[in-house]
Parts: sequence; structure tokens; C-alpha cells
Amino acid sequence: MQTFILQAEYLDRLIQAIRADGYQVLGPTLAERAIVYDEIRSADDLPRGWTDEQEKGYYRVKRREDDAYFGYAAGPHSWKKFLQLPRRPVWRAQKSIHPMQITAVVEEAPAMAFLGVRSCELHAIATQDRVFVDGRYQNDSYAERRGKLFIVAVNCTSAAATCFCTSMNTGPKVTLPNDLEMTEVIDGENHYFLLCSGSGKGERILRQLPLKRAGKRHREAERDSIQQAVKQMLEGPRSFDSSDLKELLYRNYESPAWDQVADRCLSCANCTMACPTCFCSTVEDTTDLSGEHAQRWERWDSCFTADFSYITGGPVRPDTRSRYRQWMTHKLATWYDQFGTSGCVGCGRCIAWCPVGIDITEEVQRIREAEKP
Amino acid sequence: MVPEVFRVERRAEEFPGTFTLHLSPIGMGRVAGFQPGQFSMLYAFGTGEVPISISGPSDQGSGYVYTIRTHGMVTRALENLREGGQLGVRGPFGSDWPISSLAGREILLVAGGLGLAPLRPVIYTLLSRGGGSAVRLFYGARSPREMLYRDELVEWSRSMDVQVSVDQAERGWTGRIGAVTDPLAATSFDAGKSIAFLCGPEVMMRFCIRVLLEKGMPPSAIYLSMERNMKCATGHCGHCQWGPSFICKDGPVFRYEDIRQWFHIRAL
Repeated sequence: MQTFILQAEYLDRLIQAIRADGYQVLGPTLAERAIVYDEIRSADDLPRGWTDEQEKGYYRVKRREDDAYFGYAAGPHSWKKFLQLPRRPVWRAQKSIHPMQITAVVEEAPAMAFLGVRSCELHAIATQDRVFVDGRYQNDSYAERRGKLFIVAVNCTSAAATCFCTSMNTGPKVTLPNDLEMTEVIDGENHYFLLCSGSGKGERILRQLPLKRAGKRHREAERDSIQQAVKQMLEGPRSFDSSDLKELLYRNYESPAWDQVADRCLSCANCTMACPTCFCSTVEDTTDLSGEHAQRWERWDSCFTADFSYITGGPVRPDTRSRYRQWMTHKLATWYDQFGTSGCVGCGRCIAWCPVGIDITEEVQRIREAEKP
Repeated sequence: MVPEVFRVERRAEEFPGTFTLHLSPIGMGRVAGFQPGQFSMLYAFGTGEVPISISGPSDQGSGYVYTIRTHGMVTRALENLREGGQLGVRGPFGSDWPISSLAGREILLVAGGLGLAPLRPVIYTLLSRGGGSAVRLFYGARSPREMLYRDELVEWSRSMDVQVSVDQAERGWTGRIGAVTDPLAATSFDAGKSIAFLCGPEVMMRFCIRVLLEKGMPPSAIYLSMERNMKCATGHCGHCQWGPSFICKDGPVFRYEDIRQWFHIRAL
């Protein structure tokens, strides 16, 4: 696979080539003082020169000293909002005719191109694929959107304090399949992207760009940049050994640590909304005023709500302790049995977006310590 | 996955608030083959869906039978359906009772309350096979008037040992009073040759399993059916997560040996 150089001033050519190929380009943009994913019409929509500062329950955007386009870490949005829609119609029913008619709502899915997918996010998409595409039943809406997807992956060259992909073995270097892989390098006055294609579709786009072949110097700069993100995480407070998480959590269903976290957790569901792999949904049924037409909707749901585990006689998980335990144990342990992988990709979103600053890596540590005699 | 349309062929009131619907397909609807223990999603127009176990015979190609207790909005809407009324059906879903491993075994069926409904297809299958197996049915109901399939219980007692008990008796009740664990504890069976199917409230199953284990039954011979509020039944919505299992696709019928690590964790 050949690596090329695209000067930063030509980044818009890449975006326009993808758009001209019929894709709606979605990527990072600065809105409401956060870097969120939305439609990208030109390189001007990108958060050039912006980064973010993240900590437990803390997220602020701030100016960078350079003009990097992808110099930020995971924000409040994840790509799942484009693949597993937050709310969508599933079927329509009509009873004014005999027999009653129930018809699936089939929507023409747009061909989407995700620009700036990080390695942890590629892992998150692959994780959701296992839920919605690889099982016995498919989520048709997801499968349709996913099938048409064009992915421009970006290697991370800096990490937020909340990042821990190195601990979850999901980054920062891109390893999963994609259509184009990019690394942004700023070396003094020289601002460029290393680019290589991972598919025929990606190759076709590359051919339209003003590229130069990457030299040894460029590839070294790429390696060093990615290594910088690795180093930040390894030296940071959230680096830990995740190899025994499943066993750790399986033997700690009754740990006193659950009571401690339940004292702080608001059961607000923010972590599940921000998480790029959380896939739970519920349904809503509505009728029109005539009562003759009904519709079924699917929308995101969270295991933190009381309603979520409701059965005859009340919720199975009646308190925050059992709900936090369900969420974290599912994410880090039972997910392995269900889908052969961890449900956590180490993106740190749940840490930054928890209103009371609960940190999943700290909770792992707390459980570990509570186990010690 | 869209429901297929069915009509209520026959409706029977079991006791106030609990009823049985016999459905047959209309329009494009069809009855898919099902195995005893599986469930369907029943859709009340504009109100929603509920998971309900199939309680009719599995060898009859004509329709589905469901026994339902009114509890929320959807079951209330289903309760209001009359003969000729229409509803949607998705399924069947989930795992089934291991009927094929019953041959030559002493069979213990233990049901609590509405838990008799998912076991009734097993009883029909056993009855249709004729004698050969020793079958014992332990059925615990809340009270004599809250008893399912009253006429059939009498009929079944001619071919199998039927032991009915109630939590609370009423005037005229001459049968057993107390938990279903009592007659279970009093029975004797060849622990190495027996198999037990349990369906009812979790607390009831927990105590019954303790009795069975104390009597020497191996965990590999005990099967139980779990209940959760499935929304999709296809493993996508997450509502029926139970430890590493999805009750909609790995269950609802589980072998106790496979889930015993999880069964005793409260609020899982």
C-alpha cells in the first residue's frame, strides 16, 4: 500500500472529490463550543486550529497554536448517530382497511462518508456491526447505512487526558479496514497529510488529488506523531492493564465499590448516550387523531432508566447500584461473551460527559482495590 | 421485522384479568412452526408489543394460542380484543424446552401462576406421544379461582400425576395449601434419570431448584424459563440483557447448569 503526501492547502480537494462521488461528507465541526459531527461542505467547515481540553466531567474547546484540522480528541458526538439513528420510524399500521395493514418503513439511506474517524471509533463501528449486522437478525436501517459507508480514518497524533485507547488496544494507530487513512503532520511551516487508500473506492478518490509520493522523512514524521499520542496515554493516569477485566468483573458482582459509585452516579444516562458502542433502544407507538393510523418508532434507550428493566412487579434493576453495575459489567465483561470483544474502546467520552465526573478507569481500579485483603 | 396480521378466533376468560386468545392468520399472515417454550411479540394496534409465550399445541398448523394476564397498557388493549378482532404477531423467537431429551426420563414439570402457559405445549406433546414416560406436574396457583386451564388439569390428571397447590384457599377448596415446593419436596424420583422444567416467578424457581438439587438432581437436568421485557426480540434493543445472555435469543429457556452463576445474583 503506497503512501502519498497531500499538502494541507489541498484538503478541500479531497472533500470535494468525495462529494462529487455522491457522498454526503460528515465530519468534525465547531458548534456550541464543542467539536461535533455534522455535514462538511468544504474544508472551511472543519475545526481548523481548535482542540479540546478534557477531564472528568469537563470538556472545553480551545485554540491551538497551529492550524491543525484534526487536532482534537473524541467529542460529545459519536458516529453512531448516523448509523443507528437516535429516532426512526420502524413501521406504519392502518386499520381502516381490512385486514389491518402493517408495513415496514423503508428509507433510502444516504451514501455517507465519515471524515476523520479515529481508530477507537473504527473499533466502535466494528463493535456495533457485530450487534446489528453479524447476528441472526439484522437491523436493516443500520445495515443499509453501514453498507454504503465511505470511511476516511485519521490517525491520532495527540490524546486528550480522558483517552485510554492504548489500554483497550484500539489505537491510536488505525488498524481496521477503511477507505482512506490519513495522518496530519505539522512540521514547522510544512503542513501536510500522509494518505493511503484501503479500498478501490479510496483509490479512485486518491487518483484525483495532487499527491506526491511520501518519503522516508514523512513516514518517520508520521510514526513520531502517532507515537506522541501513545506516549501521552502511557504516561497519563488512565493507563491500565485491561487483560483480566472480564474475570475481574465476573468475580465482583457484590463488590462494595458498586455502593460507592451508586452514591455519586445520577443515573442520568449521559454516558450511554455519549458512548459510541452503547446500542440499546426502545420503541414508541403512536396513533393519529382518527385512531386509524399508527406508527412504531425506535429510539435510543439507556440501561440507566427505571423503565428499562421493567417487568411485571417492577424494575429488575431498582437502584443505581444495579444499573451502574449492569452498564459497566456489560461494557467491560459480558460483552466478551456476547460479541467476542470488549464493549469499551477507550475513547473516554463517558468520563468527560459524566456530570459528576465518574471515571470508568477509576472504577475499575476501585473494584480491584476493594478485592485486596 | 414487521408483525403479521392475525384475528382472534376464540377468546376464553381463564379468570378475571387473565385470558386466552386463539389466533389464526389473515391476509399475508401465516403460522410459522414453533417449538414449545418459544414466544411471540403480540402487537395491539397503536399501543405496542408484548412478549408472550405460546401456550397452544405445536403440532397443529392452524393457529397460535396465548394466555395473557392484563398488567399494562398493551395487555389491556389485548384484553379488550373480542372474537374477530385483529392484532399483529412477530415470531416465534427464542429457545425451547428440550423435548427430544425426554424419552425414557421421569419428567417433572413445575409451574407457578401464569408459568403453566409456556409449559402447556410440552404437556400436549407428551400427551400426544401417549404413555411411556412418567410425568408429574406440580402447579402452584395464587388461589383456587386464579387457576389456569381448570378443565384440562382434570383431564391431564388421568394420564399424569397432577399436583395442584394454592397459596391461599377459599371455601370449598380441599386440595393442598402452600408453596409448590412442598409437594415437590415430598415426591420421590430417580434423580439420575429425571428431568425438570420450571416456569414461574424467579423466587419460586429459586426455591424449587434448591429442592431438586437437594434431592440429587444434577444441574444439567434442570431447565427453566426466564422473563424479561423484550422490545425487539431480535437481540438488538438490549432490554433483556441478563449477565452474558440475551433472554430473547439465548433464552427464554435455559439449562440451569449453564446459568447458575447468574441465576442467584439479585438485580442482575
